Amino acid sequence: MLHIVNKSATERSTLESCLRMATKGSAVLLIEDAVYAATNGNAAAAKIQAAAADLKIYALGPDLAARGMAGRVLDGVNVVDYGGFVDLVAEHSNCQSWL
Amino acid sequence: MEFGILVNEGPYTHQASDTAYLFARTAIEKGHKVPRVFFYHDGVNNSTRLATPPQDDRNVNSRWSKLAEEHAVDLVVCVAAAQRRGINDDVLAPGFRISGLGQLVEMGIQHDRLVTFGD
Amino acid sequence: MSDMDEMEDGSGIVKKFMFLNRKAPHGTVYALEGLEVVLITAAFDQDVSMVFTDDGIYQLMKGIDTKGIEVKDFSRTYRALEGYDIEKLYVDQASLDARGLTEDDLIVDVTVLSVDEMANLMVEQDVVISF
Repeated sequence: MLHIVNKSATERSTLESCLRMATKGSAVLLIEDAVYAATNGNAAAAKIQAAAADLKIYALGPDLAARGMAGRVLDGVNVVDYGGFVDLVAEHSNCQSWL
Repeated sequence: MEFGILVNEGPYTHQASDTAYLFARTAIEKGHKVPRVFFYHDGVNNSTRLATPPQDDRNVNSRWSKLAEEHAVDLVVCVAAAQRRGINDDVLAPGFRISGLGQLVEMGIQHDRLVTFGD
Repeated sequence: MSDMDEMEDGSGIVKKFMFLNRKAPHGTVYALEGLEVVLITAAFDQDVSMVFTDDGIYQLMKGIDTKGIEVKDFSRTYRALEGYDIEKLYVDQASLDARGLTEDDLIVDVTVLSVDEMANLMVEQDVVISF
């Protein structure tokens, strides 16, 4: 299953809600303001790194770049473009947007 | 593969509509099909032809119309949500049509994936 | 909604639809308009589950009185869901606990799941729509 998160983890608890519900082997794609959580020094970075043990974590590159965060991505986070976003939706049997 | 897309926010205030559009366009470029986009909640505000953003900004609404024209994407606006927000046939941009929530459910039943964009 | 029983897409396909309610009522319109989608989906004879988690649990509070804020009280609609053959209502224990609530505080009968049980239920769905 693919989980899509679009909220900043330092403003809302959406990422936390997603991570507690995501089963082992699932993928989590961070888009829009959620990408900040995948950057070095962010308060949510430890959560992302811990989650990366059981989950595949992705972040949308164009959203990172638009926020000046392209050079700060955490190790273990896979950066994808919109084509990669489409591939992720296609590869997983279902998806959930944590709005 | 066929992707159904649900857009739950209006243009400009939230990024949801931009992300949904870029996802849809990319999916089509990659050879997938996007037979329908359904607009719900404030998403119905994507459908008005009366929007006139500044020249140097993207025109979210007409961008959807162009996608519909070029790739036969069915742009469906929820009637109940539209009526609440003052959207009717008189203000619709090209390619959009107003219909019932059943069109959203159909998308979920018939397409391979349903992807939601909102806030 | 009198014509709802006649709705079908003709394909005969039955998919598992999960409606994930995570937002409190009234502050935003998502709970109300989400409920409208659920009712329509049931009319298509699909396999519908409604999940209430995080602040979505607040949609089910007993004793809701909206007169003072002059908006429609749609909480009674949850009681009518059974009439639409929507009988799979779930909440998660952790979300109840985090809000100091128990099943007795809710206006409808629900099945209380652990987070793991709810997560597994989500994985097996064909379509998940979150409001």
